[in-house]
Amino acid sequence: MIYLDNAATTMRKPEAVTQAVVQALSSMGNSGRGVHGAALDASRVIYETRVRLARLFHAPDPARVVFTANATQSLNIAIKGTIGPGDHVITTALEHNSVLRPLYELQAQGARLTILPADSLGRIDYADMEAAVRPDTRAIVCTHGSNLTGNMIDLHRVGAIARAHGLLLIADASQTAGVMDVDVQAMNIGILCFTGHKGLLGPQGTGGMVVAPGVQVRPLLTGGSGVMSYSRTHPQQMPTALEAGTLNGHGIAGLGAAVQFILNTGTQAIRDHERALMRAFYEGARAIEGVRIYGDFEAQERCAIVSINVRDYDSAEVADALQAQYGVAVRPGAHCAPLMHEALGTAAQGAVRFSFSYYNTMDDVHAALAALRELAAEE
Amino acid sequence: MIKKTMRLVITFYTTTEAMAMERACRDAGADGRLIPVPGSIRAGCGLAWCAAPQSEEALSRLMREQGIACEQMLRCLV
Repeated sequence: MIYLDNAATTMRKPEAVTQAVVQALSSMGNSGRGVHGAALDASRVIYETRVRLARLFHAPDPARVVFTANATQSLNIAIKGTIGPGDHVITTALEHNSVLRPLYELQAQGARLTILPADSLGRIDYADMEAAVRPDTRAIVCTHGSNLTGNMIDLHRVGAIARAHGLLLIADASQTAGVMDVDVQAMNIGILCFTGHKGLLGPQGTGGMVVAPGVQVRPLLTGGSGVMSYSRTHPQQMPTALEAGTLNGHGIAGLGAAVQFILNTGTQAIRDHERALMRAFYEGARAIEGVRIYGDFEAQERCAIVSINVRDYDSAEVADALQAQYGVAVRPGAHCAPLMHEALGTAAQGAVRFSFSYYNTMDDVHAALAALRELAAEE
Repeated sequence: MIKKTMRLVITFYTTTEAMAMERACRDAGADGRLIPVPGSIRAGCGLAWCAAPQSEEALSRLMREQGIACEQMLRCLV
């Protein structure tokens, strides 16, 4: 199989990730639930992973790195834990349903929502964001990179707007963490939400948040904490405040190994490799008659995603043919980003998404292009 | 029979703070180890750092330098 669905999950992981998970499965106790060697080993691995993530994201305090099951859980905690009825929120048409649906829920409870539109290339206008700020605006919630087009939002610019108006910036780094540079301090990110199984190269079931000092988040869940058992209320200290219940220690062990791999390799090297593959695929695909490509490819920075359609073929048919006839794995249809599809005019047809990772090769690109040429050729 | 001696015990609000303490002490070669919070300090659960009483000054300085907050620091029979 030529796996080009890395925006859904990176299938291939560093060998150290597999080893870390296997070792944890046979030796790890429950962090914070006992002080024997196995429990302490779990706590050590989890703490070390916090330290590595804090380093990767330039966070000042590992205790404000919170583990969750995925980016969706992180975004739900961040959005529902900071925004209330009467608050105004700014978001964008690039967002995934993991942002939009929690915001729609809050809107139904009295929050006010401004969704910045995207143009036909899937870009927002930053002047629209500045103009959308109102006296009751509480937060900006936006993605760092679109999972459909690969277009990026400049979080330095958004962070500057948030800083100028005293707004909370909640950033969704699902498609960028581990590949793009994310500096929570320089970008003025109040809450960074990430998943562990995409660019961070860790196991599924891992994710988290980085909460800036001073930002208070109401927990979605309360319960077991490993401390203060006789208190009727859940501890308020971070990260325990947002981590009720047993953590996914086995997964976090793998995530820790993955982040160490990224720190050793360097995001620049990872990014350069992915970008070269993405550009080669883009140049090859745009030369094929009948292929339409979505997104902004003039931008300097973009995720290694190329979404296309072939003539008027249903995207599901194209993806199925790529898999069945050529062994190329991609994702078709809607991509949990309904507003983005509407902006691109692909709500009915969907889109065929090719997404590349550090472990893909130029041979993968050439094979996918060869398959695409045959599928796009007219009888 | 469990033999008790006077020890310096430092408790924390979170497991994460306790792990930060262990890491800082390991890196600095400082005295002590993690133990369950003694019931004489607080009924319940959690981790505490246990060290020789004469380590108090050095550990306090290390915690200040590393920005590690504790809940309590006291001497008790452990």
